[in-house]
Amino acid sequence: MNSNGKTVVIGVIGADVHAVGNKIIEHVLTSEGFNVVNVGVMSSQEDFINAAIETNADAILVSSLYGHAELDCQGFREKCNEAGLTNILLYIGGNIVVGKQDFADVEERFKKMGFNRVYAPGVRIEEGIKDLKKDLGIV
Amino acid sequence: MIEAYLLIDFGSTYTKLTLVDVGNERIIATAKAITTVETNIMEGFNQAYQLLCEKFDRNEVKIVKKLACSSAAGGLKMITIGLVPELTVEASKRAALGAGARVLKTYSFELTNAEIQEILSSKVDIILLSGGTDGGNTKTILHNAHKIAENIKHIPIIVAGNKCCYDDIKTIFDDAGFNYVFTENVMPRLNVLNVVPVREKIREIFMKNIIKSKGMDEANNYIDGILMPTPAAVLKAGEILSLGTSKQDGIGDLIIVDIGGATTDVHSLADGYPTKAGINLKGLQEPFAKRTVEGDLGMRYSALALYEASGEKLIREYVDVPDIKEKCAYRHDHINFVPKDELDIAFDEALAKVATRLALNRHAGYLEVVYTPIGDIFNQYGKDLMEAKYLIGTGGVIVHSNNPENILKEGLYSSSEPTILKPKHPIIKIDYEYILSAMGLLAFDLPDTALNIMKKYIVEI
Ligand code: B12
Repeated sequence: MNSNGKTVVIGVIGADVHAVGNKIIEHVLTSEGFNVVNVGVMSSQEDFINAAIETNADAILVSSLYGHAELDCQGFREKCNEAGLTNILLYIGGNIVVGKQDFADVEERFKKMGFNRVYAPGVRIEEGIKDLKKDLGIV
Repeated sequence: MIEAYLLIDFGSTYTKLTLVDVGNERIIATAKAITTVETNIMEGFNQAYQLLCEKFDRNEVKIVKKLACSSAAGGLKMITIGLVPELTVEASKRAALGAGARVLKTYSFELTNAEIQEILSSKVDIILLSGGTDGGNTKTILHNAHKIAENIKHIPIIVAGNKCCYDDIKTIFDDAGFNYVFTENVMPRLNVLNVVPVREKIREIFMKNIIKSKGMDEANNYIDGILMPTPAAVLKAGEILSLGTSKQDGIGDLIIVDIGGATTDVHSLADGYPTKAGINLKGLQEPFAKRTVEGDLGMRYSALALYEASGEKLIREYVDVPDIKEKCAYRHDHINFVPKDELDIAFDEALAKVATRLALNRHAGYLEVVYTPIGDIFNQYGKDLMEAKYLIGTGGVIVHSNNPENILKEGLYSSSEPTILKPKHPIIKIDYEYILSAMGLLAFDLPDTALNIMKKYIVEI
């Protein structure tokens, strides 16, 4: 696959060690032509943001598998704005909350926090990539 | 006739000469005299040379080559510019330190007019401009190139940032008639460090431009080349000693502690990967050959700064006298002070211990503990040096001490600071003949000879 010229920062936020999905996401995005910058597991908001600044990223895909995403993502959009990443796309997926909650509520809460797209547990990365291409105008 | 190399270190205080019998891989003689950069650098050299000549038979020794390094006239002064403080700013700083420079200050993000003024008045020798991974951010480095081109005309500049900006930067600097060179990006991809090309460019500019501006022209004519700043020569020696040459093995991972009057330098030659399982390595990649400089830890000029940095309590752990601050102030005011009585010697050794301890705390990596539902998880930042095989001491206070081992032991891992990844059980060696910088120079021509001499002369206590 040829490069599509878009750069995406990926990683697993907070004290979350679930590494397998992160590797798969890196692989799939790369084979779809994205320039992938992987900050890896156990990454702070600053790790994502610093990486996005230096690499001039178009989007940040946050993974959270262990259920604490809401806490870990407090203020993420504000920090992006502060760092000059005002138009960057923010996606989040994985198992972003604990237990069985109504996903519409969850989605709304994360959108209020400034995430452009929020994915329910079990949603595959391929879904996310479809949206990403749409949002970035890749045909 | 014995064929010899004359290796010269134009140091900030002393000009040191080392005469090496290259055929037999031995040191013929060493000598030193006060560096005379204010008047004529060759005065001090000639004095040292006179002293040297008293120690060997000139009819039997033929000097075939003369190589030098220098930290005279304030050393090589640099400022570095990057984008994000933890990333390209840190990467460019590490590259400059590894090249033996004194990094006066680092700058991040877009330069302001006030910062440009500060750079203009800081008398730097070289500016390193970085920012952005290859294909990454272009805005900041272009902004900074414009700012520099508009305001700064006379300082050589090395560009080591996002390569996608090089065509534009070339236009900006050409239009301004600027003295610049390009080299590879110091951080081509996120967290990937690429210091060697930058180091080499710094060395080239040091040889071409800086020597002249430091009033060392005459020295340059007499010798075959002032190859690099002194700390770069020490790092080079460490590299050869650790890694070996194409013909023979080195001795493995090692750390060099160099305590001087104004600074304490620590060099580590080690990858520094985690030595225990389950540790998550974070942050910018570390250079195999890493140098850090502590400008606030020194025996004379920086004795007061050391007092401020460590606090009186820490110094008192090593020497219990009432007038600690006064003694530090005296050393700061008398940079050529040589301790004679027991108390002054003990006081100097106490300062050296504090310098070693703090300098290694800052040089070594550390663990950050993260508390999670499945227990504690560890992130490692920087180098894990716990299993480093050798700890080598150099610098006046260590070389002249009666118990250098006790000074260096302060740099070891301590259970009171369990997250700092300092060496646990290294073999301690001393550079008694003060040959490290000389061997770094020799290694340029004759790496195997340099390695063999270091193996012979840098010995266990
Ligand atoms: C293996 C595993 C572990 C291993 C991880 C080893 C490692 N280093 O990777 C260990 C044992 C360490 C572990 C620990 C814990 N785990 Co665990 N773990 C799992 C398990 C069984 C599999 C995870 C996995 O690798 N899946 C395979 C990969 C391919 O899938 P994935 O990670 O989900 O990623 C895909 C999708 O989620 C999606 N995706 C991910 N991010 C994003 C982002 C976007 C934008 C999009 C579109 C899609 C997307 O695409 C990915 C690729 O296909 C899951 C259960 C499960 N079956 O999922 C629990 C699970 C994730 N763990 C769980 C928990 C609770 C824990 C612990 C907190 C507690 C515990 N007692 O074990 C600790 C937390 C440790 C920590 N600090 O992170 C819960 C999380 C519950 C929640 N969020 O509500 C799960 C769901 C189990 C459960 N049902 O209770 N775990």
